[in-house]
Amino acid sequence: MRRLLIATLLVSAAAIGYEILLMRVLSIVQWHHFAYMIISLALLGYGASGTFIAVLRSRLEPRFELAFAGSALSFSISMVVCFILAQRVRFNALEIVWDSGQFLNLAVLYLAFFVPFFFAACCIGLAFTCRGSESSRIYFFDLFGAGLGAVLVIALLFAVSPQTALVLLAVLPLLGSILVASTLAVRLPLGAAQFAWLLLLAVGVPQAHLELRISEYKGLNQALEVVDSRILDQSSSPLGLITVVDSPFVPVRHAPGLSFGTRHIPPPQLAVFTDADGMSAITRFDGRPESVAYLGDMTAALPFALLEEPAVLVLGSGTGADVLMALYHDASRIDAVELNPQMSELVANTFADFAGHIYDDPRVTVVTAEARGFVARRGGAYDVIQIGLLDSFGASGAGVQALNESYIYTVEALIDYLDDLAPGGFLAITRWIKMPPRDSVKLIATAIEALRQSGVSEPGRRIAMIRSWNTSTLLVKRGDITPTEIDRIKAFSRSRSFDTAWLPGMRAEDANRYNRLPRPFVHEAAVALLGDNAGDFLDRYKFYVEPATDDRPYFFHFFRWRTLPEVMTLRKAGGAGLIEWGYLVLVATLLQAAALGLALILVPLALAKQAWPAGAGRNFGFYFLLLGLAFLFVEMAFIQKFTLFLGNPLYSVAVVLSGFLLFAGLGSAASERLARRLRWPAISPVTIAVAAIVLLALLYVALLPVVFGKFIGLEDAARIVLSLALIAPLAFFMGMPFPLGMKRVVRLAPGFVPWAWGINGFASVVSAVLATLLAIEFGFNVVIVIASALYALAAWDEAATRPG
Amino acid sequence: MRALIVLAAMLVAPALAGDADYAALRADLVDEVRAYAGYAGDDPFSDDVLATLGRVERHRFVPPGQVRYAYENRPLPIGHGQTISQPYIVALMTDLLEPGEDDVVLEVGTGSGYQAAVLAELVGHVYTIEIIEALATSAGERLQGLGYDNVTTRLGDGYYGWEEHAPFDSIIVTAAASHVPPPLIEQLKPGGRMVIPIGARFMTQLLLLLEKGDDGEVVTRQIGAVRFVPLTGEH
Repeated sequence: MRRLLIATLLVSAAAIGYEILLMRVLSIVQWHHFAYMIISLALLGYGASGTFIAVLRSRLEPRFELAFAGSALSFSISMVVCFILAQRVRFNALEIVWDSGQFLNLAVLYLAFFVPFFFAACCIGLAFTCRGSESSRIYFFDLFGAGLGAVLVIALLFAVSPQTALVLLAVLPLLGSILVASTLAVRLPLGAAQFAWLLLLAVGVPQAHLELRISEYKGLNQALEVVDSRILDQSSSPLGLITVVDSPFVPVRHAPGLSFGTRHIPPPQLAVFTDADGMSAITRFDGRPESVAYLGDMTAALPFALLEEPAVLVLGSGTGADVLMALYHDASRIDAVELNPQMSELVANTFADFAGHIYDDPRVTVVTAEARGFVARRGGAYDVIQIGLLDSFGASGAGVQALNESYIYTVEALIDYLDDLAPGGFLAITRWIKMPPRDSVKLIATAIEALRQSGVSEPGRRIAMIRSWNTSTLLVKRGDITPTEIDRIKAFSRSRSFDTAWLPGMRAEDANRYNRLPRPFVHEAAVALLGDNAGDFLDRYKFYVEPATDDRPYFFHFFRWRTLPEVMTLRKAGGAGLIEWGYLVLVATLLQAAALGLALILVPLALAKQAWPAGAGRNFGFYFLLLGLAFLFVEMAFIQKFTLFLGNPLYSVAVVLSGFLLFAGLGSAASERLARRLRWPAISPVTIAVAAIVLLALLYVALLPVVFGKFIGLEDAARIVLSLALIAPLAFFMGMPFPLGMKRVVRLAPGFVPWAWGINGFASVVSAVLATLLAIEFGFNVVIVIASALYALAAWDEAATRPG
Repeated sequence: MRALIVLAAMLVAPALAGDADYAALRADLVDEVRAYAGYAGDDPFSDDVLATLGRVERHRFVPPGQVRYAYENRPLPIGHGQTISQPYIVALMTDLLEPGEDDVVLEVGTGSGYQAAVLAELVGHVYTIEIIEALATSAGERLQGLGYDNVTTRLGDGYYGWEEHAPFDSIIVTAAASHVPPPLIEQLKPGGRMVIPIGARFMTQLLLLLEKGDDGEVVTRQIGAVRFVPLTGEH
């Protein structure tokens, strides 16, 4: 039994590791919203395996060890083989609007990645089915292994490339397979296959096959097509694949929002790509300010036209562009905050000579931190807080960020920034302008809301926004903008052919002079948002531009269903870019997952009618459906909520996932004891567990923002420990209902075990995606409240169907 | 078996279409582009531009695997991560440049050479620069083979324009740019026009039209699907 438990742990660890690894790899070769596809795929594998086992149970059960070892080996092999095959599918996400053949490619991709998860789930499902009496121990090792896997893969990704991590992960299920097979009498073909595969993994799968095939439409590959361009440096971590490209023949010149009236040309730059896209640049600086004089002619330079020698905080300093801009404008002190240390390293060390050693300047302090955490921790007084362009126009323009939660542009974030300014200081946020405007309008709405919540009665007097043809810069002042400052903003804009979108007391005819839009949209939006009918305006605008909040941190979510038909008709007249793809991909993923999940559960349901004990579906099916939905709802909502607290989505995934899995595992192990020791037979242990879950979940909805606010300034390790402590009690009780239910099924209707497993899996498939959609529409708190209701319903159902 | 043969024939047929068929397909395409003209808010496309679209053989500018889609109103991949623009966008860009028959035009980003060919039918001379060697070579050969003697191609950095042939009556920048290169503005004649498409590959959503006044003052206009007005009702 012990071997089986360890093998279960290994398979679970590899499955979750593979899942996170694929998300990473797909972010590099395609775009990140495929991450959701992978989550739903992994869960689909679990659903399908339940079905598979149900149909073949009578044949698999007598050969349990062989089936388990075979599945584990197949999992290991398919992890690598499907990875290689999927890389050969010529799927182009950008072309999907024009070429329906791309849907076929997507389906092939989907199927390829489904296979490994199917085999992984077969192992676990077989263990539950054939060793049902040990279900709580198996469940514990399953969850504990998954928790370990999440931590392991992130550690691996810091140390090795994704490809090497893949090979190492593939070893785990192989070991599991060997462990379980060792209890068998000699089984030559299986042993030979295990040995051959082990040999291949040890010798090394040829690197050429494993190489990442990045979409040719991503920035990195486009840059590498240019004559003489080459990669100077590349490093990989869970935070991203960072690639530095030099292009001596056609030098990179990245200067978004540069005035077309400028006489200054940017010096040559090195291009820096994150996950093969999202280009930023390291600017060559020879120490002479005049060599970077172009930095004075960008919209982002506006705050420096208003203040002398300011103390500056740069949030998201990336490759140093905003730091160089502050230095050029004689800032007295610059704190540069960057989440990804690899980025800072490039400017500080690897290419320090090229970048002019700007990070060695005594005025500059570079900090690795997440913006919100840093602002809360320091409480320092800055004259300027600068948030530059953190993403590429391509990503912004194609609407693929819609699902990116971002805690940088929320109402609460802006309130924090304003608190961190010295009196008279300016917050400056620069965004790409899309047509018709979206980001810039939402940004103004957010600033107005933040000021109102801070008790400012006339927000319009503290806000200014200017725009070039492709960028806008918003200023929010701590204090009213003075007439002198208004004059300076006007002079700055006029001399650089920028338009003023909003200034206190400005005239409408000044809003559309140099960079003419069909109408002065941004100005009209500002007027409407500052007026009495702001709510009306937000409702009527064809994009979703209500401010983002910490509970719904989707700044980039602009999609509105009612706009879709109109946009689709404009597709052939240049309107394809109006479609906000990210949201639609998510909806498509949900439909696809639900359809496939249903087919994989309902089809065999019809096929294997006899295996379905009378009344079992009514008695148990609903229960497992509810549990599947609820567990993932809570988990997804917590991953998102803790992203703010832990400062990094990746830490959040690792900590929350492993925390939930680990403590739910402990809860599952303890569930049996709870059931045994319960002296009051009228109350089911499920009811007790669910009561605790609902109580804790609702308590967290109320308390988490307070706890986060109080402790966000702590060091990383302390926040991780605190997070685990917060997760522990909730996860502990959430681990109980499933094995308790399983126990009942084993006792009363053993034939239903695989069904329970499959239905739970199907619900999870839908739940992961549905949770995100609900969060975008209603916020995380609502998701948690719904989950609590689902748990309560499950407890009620369990009580109602208990015999006697 | 017979069904298979019929199916194969159906798949192959478009690739084997004769010149006459292509002319018919082009005529249909022109009709479609004409129908959409108003969506950009400008006047209908000029007859000259549409006539040119009906003449230039787009199927000769796309890779073999894409020939059967050559006369659909959509962008197509041409390899190297590049695309041949949607015919509608080509018509719109060309129309915005207000080409005159003696004009000297600079194109930055040759790509397949299709846009250069369309312009070459309408203006005096087209100078076009490409940064991807394979594309520069193939487009140069293609344009020469098709007899476009008034197009000069070159591999090079378009950022600095093409000094010895400046100033230009109009400039078209088909490569993505974070800013308008100052040298290009300098090489634009007073009264000249520059067009830059904006948006991700396959998803061009609007065009930047830059106009240089006779006094040298520059203004830009964003030309897009202006029938799409973000606000509804009174405000």
